[in-house]
Amino acid sequence: MRHFQEVLFLLGSLGFVVGLKMMGKPDSARKGNLVAAVGMLFAVLGIMFFKHGEEGIHVVNNVGLISAAIGVGTLVGWLMAKRVQMTAMPEMVSLFNGMGGLCAALISLLEWKFKGDSIATMPAGEYLAIIAGLIIGTVSFVGSIVAWGKLSGKLGDFRFPGQQFINIIMLLAIVGAAWMNFGAAADNNMLYFYLVIVLAAVYGLLFVFPIGGADMPVVISLLNSFTGVAAACGGFLYHNNVMLMGGVLVGSAGTILTIVMCKAMNRSLTNVLIGAVGGSSVAASSGGKSGGSVREVQATDVAILMKYAQKVIVVPGYGLAVAQAQHVVHELEGLLEAEGVEVKYAIHPVAGRMPGHMNVLLAESNVSYDKLVEMEHINPEFATTDVVLVVGANDVVNPAAKTDPSSPIYGMPILDVENAKQVIVLKRSMKSGYAGIENELFYNSKCGMLFGDAKESLQKLVNEVKTL
Amino acid sequence: MDLIFNFIGENISMIYLVILMVFVGIELIGHVPSVLHTPLMSGANAIHGVVLIGAIYVLGHAEENDTFSLIVGFIGVIVGTLNVIGGFVVTDRMLEMFKKKPGKGAKS
Repeated sequence: MRHFQEVLFLLGSLGFVVGLKMMGKPDSARKGNLVAAVGMLFAVLGIMFFKHGEEGIHVVNNVGLISAAIGVGTLVGWLMAKRVQMTAMPEMVSLFNGMGGLCAALISLLEWKFKGDSIATMPAGEYLAIIAGLIIGTVSFVGSIVAWGKLSGKLGDFRFPGQQFINIIMLLAIVGAAWMNFGAAADNNMLYFYLVIVLAAVYGLLFVFPIGGADMPVVISLLNSFTGVAAACGGFLYHNNVMLMGGVLVGSAGTILTIVMCKAMNRSLTNVLIGAVGGSSVAASSGGKSGGSVREVQATDVAILMKYAQKVIVVPGYGLAVAQAQHVVHELEGLLEAEGVEVKYAIHPVAGRMPGHMNVLLAESNVSYDKLVEMEHINPEFATTDVVLVVGANDVVNPAAKTDPSSPIYGMPILDVENAKQVIVLKRSMKSGYAGIENELFYNSKCGMLFGDAKESLQKLVNEVKTL
Repeated sequence: MDLIFNFIGENISMIYLVILMVFVGIELIGHVPSVLHTPLMSGANAIHGVVLIGAIYVLGHAEENDTFSLIVGFIGVIVGTLNVIGGFVVTDRMLEMFKKKPGKGAKS
């Protein structure tokens, strides 16, 4: 039987497409992931044990070394993925993405070395695939590592004047160096090749460093599609359709996902990349109606309010994730339900640091999936709600998004919490949210502020409700 | 000009494939509830780990006495595997939480 490799690659490609399709629906998502993983297994078996168009089993050369590397990668990857906290998921995804980028860059590096003397006669397509894989892989690797560092708090923001201008110059420089390299390669001159790597790495740094933390998910998604394209370059180089399909699929799906995520935040991709809001320095002035007084409330009052309410809606935000308060909030929900109070969660599409972040967190603490209500469906319900409990969310409940055209978040759909009878905001301090703008809601007469760490405040509420 | 036409001519089937896959990718992601954005991103992240195939191929073609290439290829396969395994396991952990837990949420 010939063509075993081709059949395995075909099954692999099919697994990716079908798997990704299934991942788009909540019911089949987990199976879809498995289908894609099985597809990957087929593809790996295909490259390890069979040869293109040849009869029988041909184990790849250096099989010992390859197996050892796969073993190490599997063990480390498994442990990292299993041990990571749910709140740290975004940076973990970014880190794995960076590994893929590095892999693509290393392939190009070796392939360039192997070509050796035949470089001068290399078809343009091959050169393009190698050099593009190198550039995109390097940018994706360095960028993802920076994103990982920023999300896990190891790196801060870093801005400098004229950064867009410098970035464009850098891009041109990379293309220029790649062009020069094509000419220089024939003389065995590696200078430009290394220059391309260095420039791409610096570009990766400059590209991600200035982008604010709130926009990081978008950047990770974008880098994700970059790595897809880098993988596709490898597929082009080797005429390997499973790599090509998988890579292009992720490249295009990732780009669309990036755009959809931007839309959910009502930001354009250009805005994110230029960093119009992201940081704190830009938007600070648009406070407008700040001042006025806020009403501070005590846990006891809030507990009474909730216990005798008909309906309570919880609005979770990043503060809940940071404080690891998802379990306490579930406990509170249980207590209130036992008192006959209807409890629901209002999930804003971009609450937390990435879309779906809140769903994942709350699901972790066993909150039933039906209680998590998406924005469009929960908004009409606020009018019949007695108490809204805003836990560590800010920008997603800021009425300025509807009322103040000068606000940087103007036009972003928000949760209409001010329609409820009472709004209680759990917050550490009066500090602004990620967008760096004042929130008029806090000065609303319906609104009470319960200051403190989200988890501690919720714990107090739980205790109060219990003792009442 | 010749260069471009030659390039297209030599790679025509792959170019067709790229164009089609771009649209498949767009179709697949176009209408997904925002709840699934994060797991999807993570799942897509695992899929581009297919770059591992390239790393295995290139390490398989390194000469036995070419230590530099063997080391670079070895690292390549490790990080590629990290991408694949880590990506799929993280995605599975995320999606595991979406399964319904009957009764549990209401009582407790």
